[in-house]
Amino acid sequence: MSTAIPLVTVQAPRGGRAVGLLRGTGAAGIASAAVILAATVVAVVGPALAPFSPTLPNLALAFVGPTGAHLFGFDYEGRDVLSRLLAGAQSSMLGPLAVVIGALVIGTLLAVIAAWRRGMVDAVISSSLDILFAFPGILLAVLAAAVFGAGLPAASISLAIAYMPYVARVLRGAALKERSQPYVAALEVQGASATSICLRHIVPNVMPLIVAQATILFGYAMVDLAAISFLGLGVQPPAANWGVMISENQVGIPQGYPLPALAAGACIVAIVIAFNVLGERLFEQAQGAR
Amino acid sequence: MGRWVGPGSREASTAPLLEVDGLTVRLRVEGAQRAVLRDVSLAVRPGEALGLVGESGSGKSMTARAIDRLLPRGAEVSGQIRFDGADVMTLAGAGLRGYRNGVAMIFQDPRAHVNPVRRIGDFMTEALRTNLDVPAGEAYRRAADMLGQVGIDDGERRLRQYPHELSGGMLQRVMIAAALLTEPKLLLADEPTTALDVTTQAEVMAILDDLRREFGLAMLFITHDLELAAAICDRTAVMYAGQIVEVRESALLHDDPLHPYTAALAAARPDIAQTAHRLAAIPGRPLSAFEAPEDECAFAPRCPHARDICREATPELIGLDGGLSRCARAADLRGRLRPELAEGGQSDD
Amino acid sequence: MLVASLLVASFVIFGALYLAPGNPIAALSGGRSLPPSSLKVLEARYHLNQPFLTQYWYWLDNALHGNLGISITLRENVTTLIASRVWTTAGLVLYASLIILVLGIGMGVLAGLRPGLLDTSVLVSSAISAAIPSFVAAIVLISLFAVKLRWFPALGNGSDFVSNLRHFTLPAVALALSSLAIVARVTRAAIREEADREHVQTAISRGIPRRQLVRRHILRNAAIPITTVSGITIASLIAVAAVVETAFSLNGLGAYLVASAQDKDLAVVQGISLVLVSAFVVINMAVDLAYAVLDPRVALGSRAA
Repeated sequence: MSTAIPLVTVQAPRGGRAVGLLRGTGAAGIASAAVILAATVVAVVGPALAPFSPTLPNLALAFVGPTGAHLFGFDYEGRDVLSRLLAGAQSSMLGPLAVVIGALVIGTLLAVIAAWRRGMVDAVISSSLDILFAFPGILLAVLAAAVFGAGLPAASISLAIAYMPYVARVLRGAALKERSQPYVAALEVQGASATSICLRHIVPNVMPLIVAQATILFGYAMVDLAAISFLGLGVQPPAANWGVMISENQVGIPQGYPLPALAAGACIVAIVIAFNVLGERLFEQAQGAR
Repeated sequence: MGRWVGPGSREASTAPLLEVDGLTVRLRVEGAQRAVLRDVSLAVRPGEALGLVGESGSGKSMTARAIDRLLPRGAEVSGQIRFDGADVMTLAGAGLRGYRNGVAMIFQDPRAHVNPVRRIGDFMTEALRTNLDVPAGEAYRRAADMLGQVGIDDGERRLRQYPHELSGGMLQRVMIAAALLTEPKLLLADEPTTALDVTTQAEVMAILDDLRREFGLAMLFITHDLELAAAICDRTAVMYAGQIVEVRESALLHDDPLHPYTAALAAARPDIAQTAHRLAAIPGRPLSAFEAPEDECAFAPRCPHARDICREATPELIGLDGGLSRCARAADLRGRLRPELAEGGQSDD
Repeated sequence: MLVASLLVASFVIFGALYLAPGNPIAALSGGRSLPPSSLKVLEARYHLNQPFLTQYWYWLDNALHGNLGISITLRENVTTLIASRVWTTAGLVLYASLIILVLGIGMGVLAGLRPGLLDTSVLVSSAISAAIPSFVAAIVLISLFAVKLRWFPALGNGSDFVSNLRHFTLPAVALALSSLAIVARVTRAAIREEADREHVQTAISRGIPRRQLVRRHILRNAAIPITTVSGITIASLIAVAAVVETAFSLNGLGAYLVASAQDKDLAVVQGISLVLVSAFVVINMAVDLAYAVLDPRVALGSRAA
């Protein structure tokens, strides 16, 4: 009878699947997810959905109130507000998406490297990230706008860089915890390479946390990007964008026509609330699973 | 010197300092109100030390908390607790403050139980300055003195330090010293040495015992260690599943227990002087009060002496040979519950 | 350390000059065409013929001595331009900070100490206000309180202290609103957690009266996380102030920063960025200091995770 110990493949715990994650967030979470889904659909199809032209001005109709097919009335240049809102969904949601993806990819990469290598590499990465914390996102975006000119790409990249330390800090902690789990040592002993362990085991296991972070971050990115567009340093008029709409229709408020600006504001707030609620629930879940 | 409560004994005329009578406590556990203490009764006389022994979940800590009125919000309490004749549960205002001065609790984990952002001197003198209106200078002087009594030199310097600068053992001595400063009549010691390492345990235990006797204080000493309780307490009570199952004079507890659980506990501790072929363990796991059945002896499933009578109803506490036992067969089993006989399997009698 | 952050930040701010497309001259002139004499002046002032690090050193040295360059659009000293606007921003941030501290911590403490209706309403209102960005809050506040109800003026600075207060109230509220929520929630959570701690049980068992218990044991310990979050929140106000100033047409540093960015007046942008980042770092340092004072377990320079 052989006394050799059979080599057992240790099955790393699999990350939760999307549906399971969602179900765990409760009624509020599911409602938020539904809102986000609707907004995404509008963002994708938006301009096609708009019943009237979102960009063609007609000054004769400036600030006329809601009538019939024009649910929210007309904006300061006589454009149908509803159409402009629908068209604006695209840039209002696309920008934050780019920010989140950028911050997540770089942040996760740095976090996993720092957690894996530990020691000097970790110290260097952590201190560098600490230094980056001193830069508020909006400030960086304004600086970028001054240097590269106003526009969505410059603003998005600046925000991605500014958010990246937050992602990295949270994920570094989680990755460190994963790293010290016994199954990682088992895999190392079996000869698995660092890259494969990180990519196929550590990252999937912190995935719930990544998803939660991404969701919360999307809300923040949306607010910051809308603010930058509001300042005139992001999306440029006459392109449709909710932040821009608030800025351009602000003149209407003292004149007694707050609706166009408020409508755009309401869109932003509604979607941000949805992302915040969902993100928080997902975060609690991710923490609870540890 | 005999200290058991027997009719006609000369000590029987001394009124108990603390009387717990039929205490039942229900807490909200997972949505429902569940009993954590069932019909607990005990008495502690002035200057007497009563040990309260039990495993996790037996309710011993909860008893102390109930006595000290530290139960969580929403706890249902029935039964009576009397201290110096007064009904503890209805005390309020000045009466409650007086009670809290008269009863001092020493907690298990000193590091968690001392405010980390205030100095030791502040911690020790807080009650004196606030409740007893002792001027600060006098309070600090007394605190420094008391530190000396618990074996901490250079008291004045220690008073200026913060808790994180002291070791666990020292912090527990500080806690004991602080407890004694208000000149209480009763000490509630909730596993005071469990969180300390073994060497420090012995030291702290010695200090606690010495000071208690010196000041003539009564003490309710809670522990999971039967031998320890028996060593420093005059009488020992054993708890299981939220109930008192035995109260006995400590000297008699080991060799002449009145309840099979006590015997099993004593047997489960290996004797350093003897070679054991197997570690004696009690089969099954300890029950919490709310898991225990209402209509039979809670220990019956694990008891080698269980018979049908044990499953008919929850046994009452009956007096026997100066002690108390909640065993339905106590009278039968008298003298045959020595630890050696409690090892494994069904017994023949 | 935070000083290192400041240095790196200043480096980045200065380096923006070279990140811009085209050469530094083009960036400094902001795409305008300038007469050769002006170009020579720029070259000399920024030492453009010297190596990069030397240029950086000159710039930093000048900055530390109060010389932040000249605005290309207004042809005035940047330092003077900043000085005339800095009090607007400082006043706004101060006003908003007061609102956040008094209301945010106040509500959080009340909610933390008393479960029940007050607690629930604080939680709900903070969840809602957390989601309202400051510029949205700004337009809502303007349309409601300034236009409809006419309680406050809509735009602009005031002329004296009292009218300043009136003009700054709506902007301060707009600025404070979302931060209020975070501070209130963290405060509430910190109080709740402290109230359950074991050392509080010890104090109760010794009969310490409730008021003293709350003050010396619960609040004193909860002050640690509360201070940290308040500090971080107030520091973040510095950046968001730009948005609020623009919305309310306040003549502050933030609004000026945005305007200069649009005008591509790089010297002004760099100058204001440096001032704002410095303020940010100083506030963070103050938080670290406060933390070390409040928690005797912590040595100066570190912050618990």
